[in-house]
Amino acid sequence: MRKSKTKQNTIKRIASALAVGFINGFFGGGGGLVCVPTLERVYKLKTKKAHATAIAIMLPLSFISSIVYIFNNNINIYVLMAITAGVLIGGFIGAIFLKKLKGSIIRWIFISILFIAGIRMVIIWFITYY
Amino acid sequence: MIHYILLSIAGIFSGVLGGMGMGGGTLLIPLLTLFFGFNQRLAQGINLISFSVMAIFVLIIHIKNKLVDVKVAIGFFLLALVTTILGAVLANIIKAHYLRILYGSLLIIIAIFEAVMEIKRVFGKTKTWTNVHMDNN
Repeated sequence: MRKSKTKQNTIKRIASALAVGFINGFFGGGGGLVCVPTLERVYKLKTKKAHATAIAIMLPLSFISSIVYIFNNNINIYVLMAITAGVLIGGFIGAIFLKKLKGSIIRWIFISILFIAGIRMVIIWFITYY
Repeated sequence: MIHYILLSIAGIFSGVLGGMGMGGGTLLIPLLTLFFGFNQRLAQGINLISFSVMAIFVLIIHIKNKLVDVKVAIGFFLLALVTTILGAVLANIIKAHYLRILYGSLLIIIAIFEAVMEIKRVFGKTKTWTNVHMDNN
């Protein structure tokens, strides 16, 4: 009984990791949002660890995708630097938040983000279709 | 000049979410496309690069705070790497349109599921958030 449950869980773990990777490759970044719930429920990580570990996973994946992107496109370096500077600052603030805020608050913020992102995707799909 | 300041501000807000492991792109890409008028591709590329840079530093902080499960991260990443390449190849063949509705629906379903679980936990219907371990962390 127990043996089949851990086998089932291992399959879920492998499948979800493959799925996240596919989303990242296909949409050129993304998959991080699915990554967090997967880490929480399938890999049994606690909320804050799940979010932080998701960054660890998405960093190299995004990095790889960004290299492919750079080869195929041109970006204004000043625009990129301005935005990156902001993102860096924000990132440090976010790191403090992740440490200080309660797990339940983080969960609710994340649920809102998931919801908004999902609705946005559906809207884009709808608009491009009709 | 003000253009760059506004871009940085947009970056800051997105970075906060990104630093919390909530996908900064979710905020940055709509901001860049809708507010600044960038095209989708460009916004995605900028998001990828700026996030990669930020993640390096923020990850160090998270590791110091003992918030990263390195073992899980490595295993997960190796698996995801395989399909990332597959996905990138298929992206040139299949139109994003078809997968977009699936992905969008998935995110909404997950959001609803997680909300229900959290409400259940708050009202004491389930003792702990995952029903497996106590957590307010």
